Amino acid sequence: MAAGEQYNYDIVRKFSIMALVWGVLGMTAGVYIAAELAFPFMNFDIPELTFGRLRPVHTTLVIFGFGGSALFATSYYIVQRTCQTRLSSASLANFTFWGWQSVIVLGVISYVLGYSQGREYAEFSWPLDLLITVVWVAYLVIYVQTIRHRSQPHIYVANWFFMAFILATAILHVFNNLAVPVGLFSLSSYSAFSGVQDAMTQWWYGHNAVGFFLTAAFLGMMYYFVPKQAGRPVYSYRLSIIHFWALVFLYMWAGAHHLHWTALPDWTSTLAATFSILLLLPSWGGMINGIMTLSGAWDKLRSDPVMMFLITALSFYGMSTFEGPLMALKSVNALSHYTDWTIGHVHSGALGWVAMVSFGSMYHLIPRLYDTEMYSKKLMYVHFWLASIGIVLYITAMWVAGIGQGLMLRGFDEYGNLAYSFIETVIFLKQPYIWRTIGGAFFLAGMLVMVYNVFATIRQAKKETAILDAKIAAKLANA
Amino acid sequence: MWDWLKWFTHMENSKVAALIIFFSLFVAILIYVFGHKQRSERLESYKYIPFDEDDEPDTNDSKHKGTQDERE
Repeated sequence: MAAGEQYNYDIVRKFSIMALVWGVLGMTAGVYIAAELAFPFMNFDIPELTFGRLRPVHTTLVIFGFGGSALFATSYYIVQRTCQTRLSSASLANFTFWGWQSVIVLGVISYVLGYSQGREYAEFSWPLDLLITVVWVAYLVIYVQTIRHRSQPHIYVANWFFMAFILATAILHVFNNLAVPVGLFSLSSYSAFSGVQDAMTQWWYGHNAVGFFLTAAFLGMMYYFVPKQAGRPVYSYRLSIIHFWALVFLYMWAGAHHLHWTALPDWTSTLAATFSILLLLPSWGGMINGIMTLSGAWDKLRSDPVMMFLITALSFYGMSTFEGPLMALKSVNALSHYTDWTIGHVHSGALGWVAMVSFGSMYHLIPRLYDTEMYSKKLMYVHFWLASIGIVLYITAMWVAGIGQGLMLRGFDEYGNLAYSFIETVIFLKQPYIWRTIGGAFFLAGMLVMVYNVFATIRQAKKETAILDAKIAAKLANA
Repeated sequence: MWDWLKWFTHMENSKVAALIIFFSLFVAILIYVFGHKQRSERLESYKYIPFDEDDEPDTNDSKHKGTQDERE
């Protein structure tokens, strides 16, 4: 039986396409708001276009729209392939698709209209939070049921990472969004927490959204697609087990490093910094495990653009997970916090790791979903270089902006007065902000190239199928 | 009866207790994963799961004519 019939590829196709759609829209919003910071006239005095409203549109579209849809697609593909069984319920899977897409569309509309919970990466109003919860429970049920019906005695490690992602995201989402609605027909609500507890809950959520949504889940992707693309098994399965348990245990404690030098108790801050440093070990263990999978086949890095995406993603994963613990140190954080260094760090992870590993996985996945080959290998190289140049421009600009800004804010003259006024730091940021916008535009251009390549691939697959069908029909007619 | 539980509520006790429990657990996982030759071999055999029932697109298949670049 062909894989396309044995497994439910329809749902994987749908989520893959939407990942690309949201990717283009989300990155366009990102480039636009980056340009607004460099050229404020681009606000055009239209409230719906201001940075405050478009920023959650950007983050929601790229994290939950692009990243989330890519994770649904790849997790549904991987769980079927590694368990060698069909997805447990096609109708429930379709419900997760329409539910998730509705959340994204309604969320974006609500932000543009000015409705937000004001919690970073959790801006959805309470009715949408409820819808997310229902969709997520359906996702969990499908995943667990599919694993329960597996033909393999062992659950492959990629599925462990996906399960941890689903469970942790459920816990984080529910507790961070505990709120009392102002009224049944109002989108506004009061948080169940207040003051420092509220901040603590938000950053416990925020950091673990990075840890489980943007790291553990994409590691699940990595543990399947890197070996498949390299044509050789993961370097060490035992290392992947250690990687998993160490990572899921350590991440939960690190959130408070987002609140150094605030009203948070000092011991909480120190604990978070300590766990952030400890996180280096599993993170780098996982990176080494992924990169060493290519051991003995390094030539693929010259000849295979998919491998270039995947290995570059792992390199950025290593770099970001070194930079993160560094910035979690209280002394470094005193300089880096409230500056654009943080924005640069987030994007080296989001563009370098999350987006690059998703692109590599999609380039592996799309031809298999449509039973063809990618339309153009050259365009994949073009995408790779546009994305790589874009990331380097982006993060370098943000290092200059952030470290410069941090030094200026902490500069004192010989009498102990602040050496710079705030507006001087803003003027200093203008040039790096322009370079950041250019970097983002490069990355977006690469994404558009990918969308064209995927569109041409699907069109090519349909043509091939039509030709094959015509040949079969002709043969049957002659028989 | 449950007074002994109060011992854990003191930070100076619970920190040490947590350290001992979690470090021991981590060492136990390490021993489980690396400590037994046959078990190690069994665990390593699982890394071939993604390659079971492989159905990679065959480039010699009549349906596939290569990428656009290769055709040009």
